[in-house]
Amino acid sequence: MLLIPCPHCGPRAQVEFAYGGDATVARPVDPDAVGARQWLDHVYLRENPKGPHLEWWQHVAGCRAWIRVRRDTVTHAVLGAATAAGSIEGGAS
Amino acid sequence: MRSQPYRAVNGGALDRTRPLRFTFDGRTYEGYEGDTLASALLANGVRLVGRSFKYHRPRGVYGLGAEEPNALVRVGEGAAATPNLKATEVLLRDAMVVRSQNRWPSLSLDAGALAGALSRVLPAGFYYKTFMGPPGWWMLFEPFIRRAAGLGRPPEGTDPDRYGRRFAHCDVLVVGAGPAGLAAALAASSGGARVTLVDDADRLGGSLLQGPAAVDGLDAARWVGRAARTLDARPRVRVLRRALAFGYYDDNLVAVCEQVDGEGAPAPRERVWWIRAREVVLATGAVERGLVFPGNDRPGVMLASAARAYAWRHAVACGRRAVVTTNNDSAYDAIPALAGVGCEVAAVVDLRAGGPGEPAAALAEAAGARILRGYAVTATDGGVSLQGVEVRAVASSAEADGVLETRGPPEQIACDLLCVSGGWNPAVQLFSQSQGSLRWDAARAAFVPGQSRQRERSAGAAAGVEGLAAALESGHAAGEAAALACGLRASAGTSPRAEPAPERAPLRPVWRIAHPGGSGGKAFVDLQNDVTVDDVLLAEREGYRHPEHLKRYTTLGMGTDQGRVGGLNGVAVLASRLGRPVEAVGLTTFRAPTAPVTVGAIAGGEVGAQLAPTRLTPLHGWHEAAGAPMVPAGAWLRPRCYPRDGETQAEAIRREVTTVRGAVGLVDVSTLGKIEVRGRDAGAFLERIYANPVSDLAPGRVRYGLMLREDGLVFDDGTLARPDAASWYLTTTTANAARVLAHLERYAQTVWPSLAVHMVSVTDQWAAMAIAGPAARAVLARVCGAGAVSDGALPFMGCASAEIAGVTVRLLRITFSGELAYEVHVGADHGRLVWETLLEAGAAHGIAPYGTEAMGVLRIEKGHPAGPELDGNTTPRDLRLDRLLARKAEDFVGRRALERPGLVDPSRPRLVGLVSEDGQRIGAGAQLVTNPAAPKPLRTLGHVTSACLSPTLGRPIALALLTDGDARRGELLCAAAPVAGLHTRVRVTDPVFVDPKGRRPRG
Ligand SMILES: [Zn+2]
Repeated sequence: MLLIPCPHCGPRAQVEFAYGGDATVARPVDPDAVGARQWLDHVYLRENPKGPHLEWWQHVAGCRAWIRVRRDTVTHAVLGAATAAGSIEGGAS
Repeated sequence: MRSQPYRAVNGGALDRTRPLRFTFDGRTYEGYEGDTLASALLANGVRLVGRSFKYHRPRGVYGLGAEEPNALVRVGEGAAATPNLKATEVLLRDAMVVRSQNRWPSLSLDAGALAGALSRVLPAGFYYKTFMGPPGWWMLFEPFIRRAAGLGRPPEGTDPDRYGRRFAHCDVLVVGAGPAGLAAALAASSGGARVTLVDDADRLGGSLLQGPAAVDGLDAARWVGRAARTLDARPRVRVLRRALAFGYYDDNLVAVCEQVDGEGAPAPRERVWWIRAREVVLATGAVERGLVFPGNDRPGVMLASAARAYAWRHAVACGRRAVVTTNNDSAYDAIPALAGVGCEVAAVVDLRAGGPGEPAAALAEAAGARILRGYAVTATDGGVSLQGVEVRAVASSAEADGVLETRGPPEQIACDLLCVSGGWNPAVQLFSQSQGSLRWDAARAAFVPGQSRQRERSAGAAAGVEGLAAALESGHAAGEAAALACGLRASAGTSPRAEPAPERAPLRPVWRIAHPGGSGGKAFVDLQNDVTVDDVLLAEREGYRHPEHLKRYTTLGMGTDQGRVGGLNGVAVLASRLGRPVEAVGLTTFRAPTAPVTVGAIAGGEVGAQLAPTRLTPLHGWHEAAGAPMVPAGAWLRPRCYPRDGETQAEAIRREVTTVRGAVGLVDVSTLGKIEVRGRDAGAFLERIYANPVSDLAPGRVRYGLMLREDGLVFDDGTLARPDAASWYLTTTTANAARVLAHLERYAQTVWPSLAVHMVSVTDQWAAMAIAGPAARAVLARVCGAGAVSDGALPFMGCASAEIAGVTVRLLRITFSGELAYEVHVGADHGRLVWETLLEAGAAHGIAPYGTEAMGVLRIEKGHPAGPELDGNTTPRDLRLDRLLARKAEDFVGRRALERPGLVDPSRPRLVGLVSEDGQRIGAGAQLVTNPAAPKPLRTLGHVTSACLSPTLGRPIALALLTDGDARRGELLCAAAPVAGLHTRVRVTDPVFVDPKGRRPRG
């Protein structure tokens, strides 16, 4: 069970969090500016990287913040965490 | 025969004033406080303790602890019985009832032993071959396999014992309380660090209790006692005995199962600790390896370290005349211990041409045991108990791959105990689970901890360190380093000291001893799973050349002992066949649990009603007092209906529906999710969340709201009200309350963080009830004044405050039933007062409370989609809700995806109504087909989502999702639910069965 460093609450056990998927994709700011194909890619397509990955987690049993967590999908090591707006170790991608 | 004939008169760490009686397979035996079940059985000369898994060969106690492959027993009776316990790990208790396993009809007369004779049909991969073989093979073999295979039987009935769970944190967790672990715990805690020390034995000390030793000038047992007192006196130290660390998870989380008390005690029987440690010291020791030679499984063959410990600690002679066979010097330590309990040591069969080092040789000489240098045991004699061994000279002295050939005429040596040692495997299971990588130590011919991945270090024998003095130093250093790594000081004390280990001759790696004729009988690499050398070689020939494949094909190392004794031997046999070094082939992955843990301990208290919290509405007490049958709805309990005297539930439901349609009813809807949204941009935010327009909602108004997922499918429906200009009050379906809140928070925080909006769940703060029916307004008028509920003050889809019984309530004029209806929301603590006030005021109008069943019938009659229709596959158009979206220009969640061709396909299944033509009920989930008698497979046109018997229409009706639903109006179809035996003739109708123009709620 991971220990996730919530920027608000400090390191907390994984059971307090809900996984929220890939944090590298962003909803297009102007949905009408992209084509149907790209929109569907946004909704459905996700990378499945081996190694460090940026993920959304929500601290549901804590401060309820959605936070971004950089986690290595191979070793499970949590490399960093930030608020939705904050900067995170290893780039903001 | 006197009791305990194999127990020496003196010695051992036993309380001889406390004899304990127990039964094994119905026979009564005696042991002492301080015995394990294994030592007590051995003291009584019980050699045969079980039958092997596949061949049902006789087996005896082989080891001392978790490595035991043979002595699996069932302890206790009935529902409290626990199967598959290792006799070596069961503390003897008075009146203990123990049964052997895996034998039929009895241990000494075992029909399955025939399998030994049939072993040609049970080769490696037998199960796979049978599964994959010609049709019928499985049918043929299954009854035989079912009887012969399987370890133990599960207990009968529900486990009556309680199990606990605790969560704990510490600076340094030390696993193992042998010399290294004790030294580590002492050092780590010396500067005030919070230290937890766990050990699976009932007494601290580990290997210090298994032979003569001295630490800091004290007898080892006394030093252990002093160390334990020192640790107990430190307030930040916690020591858990009988506590098995069975799992090492991410971020230094270690799971420990503690045996709390005996059977039947009021305390929990076992407790699982989840310990999060900043640093971990693994001092888990090492386990002796067996040797692989023909007949190496006969009762009387035992690890040398086990025989030594039984002699020293339990004063038990595991035989009268012993032979020791070894590839290293450590086995010689067993000789004085055996001699001390009156067991003659006839010979040491040393596989090394050079034999042992001088100190080891002296031990043999002192006991009068001759040493056969460069010899090996090539067979064992005896039936269910060892009577002698056959010894031959080792043919070549330079076998690189660990396979020893033997030659020459055999010499027979009579003995009833054969102590074997093939070297030592550091107990790296937890280290390996922590994702650390193993390193091959050629001198010890063993895998030892290499690179760590987590904040952890190994110490003592677990780290490959040999000898007591070195183990103490290694543990001390690890404890000190762990405290320092936590940023804490460890005092500058010195390591506990012991005599340096005597000089030892090098170990000779030996993985397998071959009989010169090539046969000599089965040579086992895995005693518990009956995996032989031949099985490994066969697997290799059939292409299973990776240890993970070998494991699955032969079941090598898959037993409850996890291959502690023989796993490496098996892999090494594979490696030698492949002509590759052992370290290049490697071990299989270690996984939790390191040793069996009961399902009860893992479940803890989360059983039955404690599996999940039960949520009760503020009106629950009233429902119970009214005798309503309560039904689970997600985490909630809700009243199904309110049967009156002599009424069946079906009659009650029908009456409740009729009362709502004809008079007035009251229903508890407190389980609805309720979310309050505020902030300058709340309207703009909600406009993007809901698929229908909402930001134009004026204060004092309420509106239905439909939320989509980003993929265009319907997520939830509910209402949103605007009690005042500053706040928005959302309701969600009961099922989706938590998901909707997380959804709102996600979009607010991650997608549109610039919007000033905030939301909070208020589900538990509000009680809610709906009063519905033609007389609803009249009842309300009696309690809060006619003015408050006039059409002017509270029009359809209006929202207003009012007062009932002196309590301020929130009224929403909305309907779920299709009748004139109001939701009354009130602070939870006042819920029951308002509920009772409304029932009292409604008495004159014939008011009746109604439950979830009537509520469901009312909404089906009204064609209102709910949970079964919101199944994650339906679009707004499928549910005929697309008119809500029609006049919306702004973007919202799910809008773009609604353009997908698959979602706008006009032939998609669409919500329709069904009426039973033949009066037969309609099965929920039934498939809709045109002709059920047509040849299979039938094409299904859709399915029934919700069905009921409609009191209003007087016949069964249903909602369904039907392909080309609109075009099929009036068609006759069959609703086929073959499992329920229902084939109902149904006519397709409009889904709104009641008041299609929607006049009633506006009335
Ligand atoms: Zn938090």
